[in-house]
Amino acid sequence: MSVLPYLVAGWILLAGLYGLVTSRDLVQAVGCLAVAQSSTYVLLLAVGYRRDATAPVFSDLPPGSPVVDPVVQALALTDIVVGATVTALLLSLVIQLRKRHGTVDPEELTGLRG
Amino acid sequence: MSRTARLRLFLTAAAVLAAGLIAAAGELPGFGGPQHPYGERAVAAGLAQRTANIVSSVNFDQRAFDTLGEESILFASVLGAGMLLRLARDERKRRPAAEPVLPTTRLFGATLLPITLLTGGYLVAHGQLSPGGGFQGGVVLATALHLAYVAADYLVLKRIRPLAVLDVADALAAGAFAALGLIGLASGAGYLANTLPLGTFNQLSSSGLVAVVNATVGVEVGSGVVVLLAHFLDQAVEVVPRRRSR
Repeated sequence: MSVLPYLVAGWILLAGLYGLVTSRDLVQAVGCLAVAQSSTYVLLLAVGYRRDATAPVFSDLPPGSPVVDPVVQALALTDIVVGATVTALLLSLVIQLRKRHGTVDPEELTGLRG
Repeated sequence: MSRTARLRLFLTAAAVLAAGLIAAAGELPGFGGPQHPYGERAVAAGLAQRTANIVSSVNFDQRAFDTLGEESILFASVLGAGMLLRLARDERKRRPAAEPVLPTTRLFGATLLPITLLTGGYLVAHGQLSPGGGFQGGVVLATALHLAYVAADYLVLKRIRPLAVLDVADALAAGAFAALGLIGLASGAGYLANTLPLGTFNQLSSSGLVAVVNATVGVEVGSGVVVLLAHFLDQAVEVVPRRRSR
């Protein structure tokens, strides 16, 4: 099954999106967004994986030995940093929402309030 | 829209998306295959720049401009969270009480705090040589400080956490990354081009600009995470509404 890791990434994405759609709690929704985003880590690392290869760090490896793709690893790192900061920003928005409206249920947030 | 209608709409869209993803997965190169054209070129370029950790080479040399953008996102979100979580007019700060802690937990924190700080510093300093780098090391450094919160209480964390200094360090490190790019520009190459002396391969001084940019990112991530967590912890521990009734 050489496509299984890609399908796993797709499954995680859909599971996260399902959570986002059905969530009754904004903190949970932020968590689901993080789940959906983590599918990209799986996808990136699956694309970069190479059999019988090791980490792309040549401090104790002879040059020329097979290594996994460093480009997608760097992209996954970017992804993690951006994901973490966006999660932090969204959670602070939820905290403010809870203070001003007294609820974190998206369906109870109907009208605009000053 | 009602909940069932929304769920139905989602399931329809998810089925279409799943079909697309399955079709796309079939077209991707096989998992674990030997063909990685970008990876091979990145490895060659990284070794040519005498950087042992190719991931660091990709992040801080080959696509340093992207990393500048990523680091700006980090800085902006720390700033944004600080804005959103500042003390509102109808809130006040309460003095947190000292909390009792098990002596074993205290010992755990007191032992691990210096070790974790050292590990974080090591990870940042050796970012161009070994797995790790500014992002990972910065997070470890920030975690180390919060061991004080786990092993003691919020008062102790507040005492050992120089928040004003870290606030400034965060901004300065973010600016330093952008400023370091000018070195390349001044020497006639391009913005953020690695024109510093490359040093000896596999030594602490190797890889030119990578080591320096890596260090600024380490400072920025470390102080940024501490500042970010400080705002959240403030909300949980210190901030209370001025009047109890709404």
